[in-house]
Amino acid sequence: MLDVTGLSKSFGGLKAVTDAHLSVSEGQIVSLIGPNGAGKTTLFALISGFLKPDEGRTNFLQTDVTGRQPHEICQLGLVRTFQVVQPFANLDVRENIAVGAHTRIANRKLALARAADVARLVGMEGTLDQPAGDLTIAGRKRLELARALATEPKLLLLDEVMAGLNATEIAELVQVVRRVRDSGVTIFLIEHVMQAVMSLSDYTYVLNQGVMIADGAPKDVTSSPEVIEAYLGHGAAERVAKMGGANA
Amino acid sequence: MKEFSHLVGWALLLIALAVVPLFVHSARWIDFLEMTLFVAVLGQGWNILAGYGGQYSFGHALFFGTGAYIQAILQVKLGFSPWVAMWFAVSGSVLVAASVGYLSFRYGLRGSYFALITLAFAEAFLVLSRSLKSITEGGNGIQVALNQDPEQAIATFQFNFAGPFLSEYGFYYTIFIILIVAFAITAWVERSRFGAQLVAVRENEDAAKALGINAFRVKMGAICLSAGITATCGVYYVQKFLFIEPGIAYGPAKSVEALFAPIIGGLGTLLGPLLGSIFIHGVGELTKATIGQALGGRPGVDLILFGTILILVLAFVPRGLVGLLQSGWARLTGGRDA
Ligand SMILES: Nc1ncnc2c1ncn2[C@@H]1O[C@H](COP(=O)(O)OP(=O)(O)O)[C@@H](O)[C@H]1O
Ligand SMILES: [Mg+2]
Repeated sequence: MLDVTGLSKSFGGLKAVTDAHLSVSEGQIVSLIGPNGAGKTTLFALISGFLKPDEGRTNFLQTDVTGRQPHEICQLGLVRTFQVVQPFANLDVRENIAVGAHTRIANRKLALARAADVARLVGMEGTLDQPAGDLTIAGRKRLELARALATEPKLLLLDEVMAGLNATEIAELVQVVRRVRDSGVTIFLIEHVMQAVMSLSDYTYVLNQGVMIADGAPKDVTSSPEVIEAYLGHGAAERVAKMGGANA
Repeated sequence: MKEFSHLVGWALLLIALAVVPLFVHSARWIDFLEMTLFVAVLGQGWNILAGYGGQYSFGHALFFGTGAYIQAILQVKLGFSPWVAMWFAVSGSVLVAASVGYLSFRYGLRGSYFALITLAFAEAFLVLSRSLKSITEGGNGIQVALNQDPEQAIATFQFNFAGPFLSEYGFYYTIFIILIVAFAITAWVERSRFGAQLVAVRENEDAAKALGINAFRVKMGAICLSAGITATCGVYYVQKFLFIEPGIAYGPAKSVEALFAPIIGGLGTLLGPLLGSIFIHGVGELTKATIGQALGGRPGVDLILFGTILILVLAFVPRGLVGLLQSGWARLTGGRDA
């Protein structure tokens, strides 16, 4: 449903993303991993219309959406969340989620009711009347997810929604993400929490210094020497292999 | 339940505003009430764009002045009926707003840049209205002919020589009706998808865009609505004072007046501009009667006082009088209704 071909973007002299290719099929959970500064968030911003690519195209549901405005792309059914959470701080949780719901629902009452339903799906029904500015980090991450879900997307881009959460919160959110997928939403996520990546994804892409260096099933990708080197530095693959040998 | 008590509160307030002038027989105090409602409407116009939409205009005189000048020029130069002229006045002002909005929002001007652009446009129109003498009579201003025929009072939208009731209360009820319309529009904004999207843009424009909101269109809607309401104040002003000149129309005074009431009363709240205006005018009268007299009626004392009040409000009650009332109410009812 999503096909990215040859996307590139540089900021001044810095090549943030270089010739990225990827595709996501309907019903899957696909993940994008890579070290900090690899260009993952930039790639999401390119796909969702927040940045214009220097080169390359994005196709969503057989429509070329390259260079379209973020709100148009959202209305087509592709929505992103922000790694740095962006709550509407002076509104309560219900009103925050209703903003998303209004993308499909004109009536205020119905949008507020829909917001309560979505809150239940992500386990936020207890905080509906709380100002978004008062939420904990875990709460804000959930709110990002809930607001995006309320727009009734076909494809959801999640940018590090697990970052900064404790183990219990991560386990809960993994359940939530799975539930969302089962409700018919395809998911493309950036994640550093490997436990979440391994247990959730059907397919994984690895980005390093703007270049896609590997893709495949999560367990194959994470054992690839090139990927280990990207994460742990030059020569690491060899050391890991030796350690593996010593343990065996 | 909360919705119902709000409705009752508003009904009581409107009934009070409807009958209060009937107990006041001095022309000076009726003028005082008229100006209080006038500034409340002016403030509500500004509030839609700035309070709900977060786009702080420093040049709302642009929309007031344009409405006023169109109302005056069409009557004086082209012989229009005031009842026809006012539609052109409002639409003309909205057109100016759409142009300013397009320029600012298309190029993503926000915050102080937007404030400066609106200020610059108001100043440019001030200069234009002074120099385009063949249309505006320049610095002399435009005088609308006074109608002395009671039969023509309604047709000329001038109540000075109308029957006993209209000559006394005509303009009060005119601004009262304008206030009801302006506040009804704002109440609709609060309860609509448009309003929810406008507030979302104020809170976080990027997040709003990500959630499918066309921020440009929402802001355009807000500036047009805001200008339309502000222009009705210009229409009212011309009918009441039968005069407009560049300084009154486009000078900074109206721009400042428009933002005072909602900031003091409560930004982005329906009641804020009215509460703020009542407070400002009440305090104004009080100072005139006390400090002003003690100082021998020196001008500018009230301005210093307003400046001080504004600073105090911004520092200590950023949510304005409405916020103060809400927290007071919450304390009284043990936080159930807050
Ligand atoms: N708007 C921007 N302007 C300039 N440089 C940017 C901008 N956004 C990101 N970068 C740079 O691009 C690179 C990739 O950043 P990012 O996409 O945020 O990486 P990741 O999400 O993988 O951690 C980093 O070096 C970052 O500093
Ligand atoms: Mg990132």
